[in-house]
Amino acid sequence: MSILDSKVPEGPIKDKWTKHKNDINLVNPANKRHIDIIVVGTGLAGGSAAASLAEMGYNVKAFAYQDSPRRAHSIAAQGGINAAKNYQNDGDSNYRLFYDTVKGGDYRSREANVYRLAEVSGNIIDQCVAQGVPFAREYGGLLDNRSFGGVLVSRTFYAKGQTGQQLLLGAYSAMNRQIGKGKITMYNRHEMLDLVKIDGKARGIIARDLVTGKIEKHSAHAVVIASGGYGNVFFLSTNAMGSNATAAWKIHKKGAFFANPCYTQIHPTCIPRSGDHQSKLTLMSESLRNDGRIWVPKHMKDVEAIRAGKLKPTEIEEENRDYYLERRYPAFGNLVPRDVASRAAKERCDAGYGVNATGEAVYLDFKSAINRYGNEKAHVLGIHNPSDAKIIELGEGVIEAKYGNLFQMYEKIVDQNPYKTPMMIYPAVHYTMGGIWVDYNLMTTVPGCYAIGEANFSDHGANRLGASALMQGLADGYFVLPYTIGDYLSNEIRTGEIPTDSKEFNDAEKEVSDRLEKLVNIKGTKSVDYFHKKLGLIMWNNAGMARNATELKEAIDKIKAIREEFWKDVRVSGSTNSFNPELVKAGRVADFLELGELFARDALDRNESCGGHFREESVELDGEQKGEAKRDDVNYKYVAAWEFTGEPSEAILHKEELEFNDIELKQRSYK
Amino acid sequence: MSEKKDMDLTLKIWRQKDAQDKGQMVNYPVKSISPDSSFLEMLDVLNEDLVNKGDEPVAFDHDCREGICGMCSLYINGEAHGPDRKVTTCQLHMRKFKDGDTITIEPWRANAFPVLKDLVVDRSSFDRIQQAGGFISVNTSGNTQDANAIPISKIDADNAMDAATCIGCGACVATCKNASAMLFVSAKVAQFSLLPQGKVERKERVLNMVHQMDLEGFGNCTNTGACEVECPKGISLENIAIMNTEYLKASISKKA
Ligand SMILES: Cc1cc2nc3c(=O)[nH]c(=O)nc-3n(C[C@H](O)[C@H](O)[C@H](O)COP(=O)(O)OP(=O)(O)OC[C@H]3O[C@@H](n4cnc5c(N)ncnc54)[C@H](O)[C@@H]3O)c2cc1C
Ligand code: SF4
Ligand code: FES
Repeated sequence: MSILDSKVPEGPIKDKWTKHKNDINLVNPANKRHIDIIVVGTGLAGGSAAASLAEMGYNVKAFAYQDSPRRAHSIAAQGGINAAKNYQNDGDSNYRLFYDTVKGGDYRSREANVYRLAEVSGNIIDQCVAQGVPFAREYGGLLDNRSFGGVLVSRTFYAKGQTGQQLLLGAYSAMNRQIGKGKITMYNRHEMLDLVKIDGKARGIIARDLVTGKIEKHSAHAVVIASGGYGNVFFLSTNAMGSNATAAWKIHKKGAFFANPCYTQIHPTCIPRSGDHQSKLTLMSESLRNDGRIWVPKHMKDVEAIRAGKLKPTEIEEENRDYYLERRYPAFGNLVPRDVASRAAKERCDAGYGVNATGEAVYLDFKSAINRYGNEKAHVLGIHNPSDAKIIELGEGVIEAKYGNLFQMYEKIVDQNPYKTPMMIYPAVHYTMGGIWVDYNLMTTVPGCYAIGEANFSDHGANRLGASALMQGLADGYFVLPYTIGDYLSNEIRTGEIPTDSKEFNDAEKEVSDRLEKLVNIKGTKSVDYFHKKLGLIMWNNAGMARNATELKEAIDKIKAIREEFWKDVRVSGSTNSFNPELVKAGRVADFLELGELFARDALDRNESCGGHFREESVELDGEQKGEAKRDDVNYKYVAAWEFTGEPSEAILHKEELEFNDIELKQRSYK
Repeated sequence: MSEKKDMDLTLKIWRQKDAQDKGQMVNYPVKSISPDSSFLEMLDVLNEDLVNKGDEPVAFDHDCREGICGMCSLYINGEAHGPDRKVTTCQLHMRKFKDGDTITIEPWRANAFPVLKDLVVDRSSFDRIQQAGGFISVNTSGNTQDANAIPISKIDADNAMDAATCIGCGACVATCKNASAMLFVSAKVAQFSLLPQGKVERKERVLNMVHQMDLEGFGNCTNTGACEVECPKGISLENIAIMNTEYLKASISKKA
C-alpha cells in the first residue's frame, strides 16, 4: 500500500460528495474567528477560496505578486467555462460532463474528483450570475452557450472573448467585500518564498515584499496554495510573464509530492513565433475552432511558393488544400481535443508542409464560415440573390460579433487582416495538468497545506478539455475547499494564534534571505533570461510535443548542467532590499531549473503515450488507429507522485493506482 | 509580417530609484529593433543590454502582455499607452515607430498614483474604491437561484459587459488634466446599475465609491473627454452620465 491515501469516500459515485459533506467535521462559527488561513494566489481558485473562507468567518491573509488581485493570470482566459446545465437541451448531464472530462483526460484522472467537479459546475454559473458577471445572452434574455473541443454538446458559458476576466472580476468583487469588512488582509506585490512547518504541519509562510524587499513571516493554521501553473518552464508559453512555479516548488521541497509533472497542454491555436525578440506567445481561443477550418496545402510546390511569397493562401483551390483534421477525424473534425489537434499540426509541419518562414505554422481559415453566415444573414434580412460581396460583408459582421476582440488581437500582432486571409497558427505551451498531489479534500501530503486550481494535479488527467480550468478553479475555491478544510481545522480550534518567533520560522527566514543574498552576489556574466531561454529550448526540443527516452535522458543531463552554470555565472543586478524585478525573476528561474529536471524524469518514466504526453516509443502500429497515441493501462494506470529527496530527478516515485468503476477504460477515438 | 527594416531608436526614460528619489530623464540608445516586436519586448531588449553592461534595468509593470490584466502602463510620447488607439502598451507594436525616432517614456502621473520606482506606480487607490462598494453583496454559497431564473435583455447584458471590460489600468486618470477617476469608477457603477442583480444596493454603492474616490485625492471631472480617447478598452463617457444620474438620485433620496 502506498502512503498516498486519496481519501475518496465509499459509496456510489453520485452520492460520494453529498455523503462526504455530511460526514466531515465542521468548525463552529464562533471558533472560526480564532483560525487564520493563508491563501497564496488570488486567481480564480485563490480569489474564490479567499472570499468564501472569509465569508464563513475565518481570518484570511491573501498574497499575490501583482499589484492587485484583479490582475492574476486567470484574467487572460478567453473562451469560456463549462457547466452541465443542459440549457440547450442537447442531452447534457453531470454524467456526460464527467464522462467527457475523464475520456478527454485520456483516463488518467481520479473518477471521484471529476464527478464532484461536474456536480458543482451548475452552481458556479448560478453564483457568478448572482455576482453580476455579464455572461453572453440570447435575444430571449437567457444565457447563451458555445461548443469546445472534445465534446458533442454546447455547454460552454462565455462573456465575449473575456470570460476569465469577468469571472475573475466576480471573485475579486467578492474578495473586495471581505477586504472592506476586514476579514481578508490582502498582501499585493508579495511573493511567497517558503513554507514553514512546525511538528510536520503547515504553519505559515515566508514572503517577500516586492516593493521594499523586506522578508516577512506570516503564520496561519492552514496554508492554501493557489499559485497557478508552471508552463513558463518552457520560457515561451501563453502564460503571463510572471506565472511561476515557486510556491508549488517550495512546498514540494518541504514534503508535498508533485504529481505527473510531465503532463503539459500544448494548445493547437496560438500565434506562431516570429523571431528571437519574442518574450511570450499569444493564444487564439479554442472557440475559433467552432468556425475556423484548419488546413495546409496538399502539394509541396504550393508550400514552397507560399514561403517564397509567390502565392497567397487565398489563391489555393479547395481541392489543393488538406483539411487534415477533417480528413483524419471525421467525427470530431476541427473540434478534436487539444492534444490530438496539436500533434496533427506538428505531424504536417514535420512533414514539411508548414506555411511560414520557420515552417511552423498552419492555416485557420474562416472563409467557409463567413460564406455560411453571410448567406444565412442575407436570408434572414430577406435579401434575394445577394452579391458575393454582400454575403462576405454580412458574414464578416457575424464573425466580428463573435470573435472581434480575438481578430483585433491577431491583427495587432501579426499585421495581417484575418477576415481576408487565413490566420496562421501553431501549437504552444498553455497549461499544466500536472501539479501538487492532493487527496479528495484537496490537501497535499503536508498536513494543513492545500493546493487548488491549476497548481494541483487533480481533475484533468493527461489532457484538459477547453473551458474546464476556469470551472475547476472556481469549483475548488467556492465549493470544495471551504467545506473540506473544516475537517482539518476542527482539530485546530484550541491551538490559538501561532507565534512567528519560533526556531522554525527564524530558520526558514534565514534560509530565504541567504539564498537571495547568494543570487545577487554571484555577479556572473549572463542574464537571468539567458538561462531561462536555454532551459526553455531544451524543454521544447526534448520534452515538448513528442518525447523519447534518449532525448529525455539528455534533457536531464543538460538541465543539471545549466543549473550548475546558473549558480556560478548568473548576473543579478540591484540589491535584495529594494524593488528588484531581476532578483524576482532569478528566484523563479532557479526553481524552474529544478522543476524542469523532475519533469523530464517523469516523462522518461512514463513509457506510454497518454493525452498531452506523447512517447514516440508508444504508438498504435496498425488498424484504424494507426499512428495514434497508445496508452498502456496495464503498466501506467497510476498517478505518479514524486517525493523530493535532494536532486530533483532522484525523487522517489509513489503511485496512486487509478480505479475506473463508472467509466469503461477504452482507447480514445475521435475518428 | 512587416516588411520594414530593423530600427535604431533613442529612448528617453524616467528613472527614479524609489518613492523618495526625485527622479530624472535618462537617454538610452537601442539598436536593431524588429518592427514586429512589441513595445515591451523592445524594453526587454534594452534591459538585457543594461544587465549585460552591469547597469540596473528599467522597472516597468507588466504581466499578461495580451492587453487584459491592466498591469502595464507607460506614458509614451505624451500619450497614455502610446500612439495607437484602443490598445494597451503591451499590445503596441514597434511598427508604429520609425527608424531614428526618439521616444519619451514616463510613468503615469497623478497624486493618487505615487511612483514606486522608474515607471512603476502604486494604483492601490483603485482597489480601495472597489472595496468601498464595487460588488454585489451575495454570499458565495452556491445556493443562489438558477442562473436562468431572471432573464436579462441581451442589450442590457451587452451594455453591462461593455462597461465591465475596464481593465483598471489607470490610463484615464493619467490622461486627464484633473487626474479624475470618473471613467474607471463609472464603469463599475454602470455595469451593476444595468443588471437586475445590482439594483438592490445601487444607492449605497455609488455614494460609497464616489466618497472613496474623493478621499483618494482624484480630481474632479470637467468633461474634457480625454479619458475616453485614451482608454484601451473603449469605455464610453456614457458611463459617466449614468453614474451622475445614479449619484444624483441617491443623494436626493438620502436627504429625503
Ligand atoms: C491565454 C489563456 C487562455 C485561457 N483560456 C481558458 C478558457 O477559456 N477556459 C478555461 O477554462 N481555461 C482557460 N485557460 C486556463 C486558465 O485560465 C487557468 O488554468 C486558470 O485561470 C488558473 O487559475 P488559478 O487560480 O489556478 O491560477 P492563476 O490565475 O494563475 O493565479 C495565480 C495566482 O498566484 C499568485 N502567485 C503565483 N506565485 C506566487 C507566489 N510565489 N507568491 C505569491 N503569489 C503568487 C499570482 O499573483 C496569482 O494571483 C487559459 C489560459 C491561458 C494562458
Ligand atoms: S476606464 Fe479605460 S483607461 Fe480607465 S482604468 Fe478602465 S480600461 Fe483603463
Ligand atoms: S501586460 Fe497585461 S494589459 Fe498589458
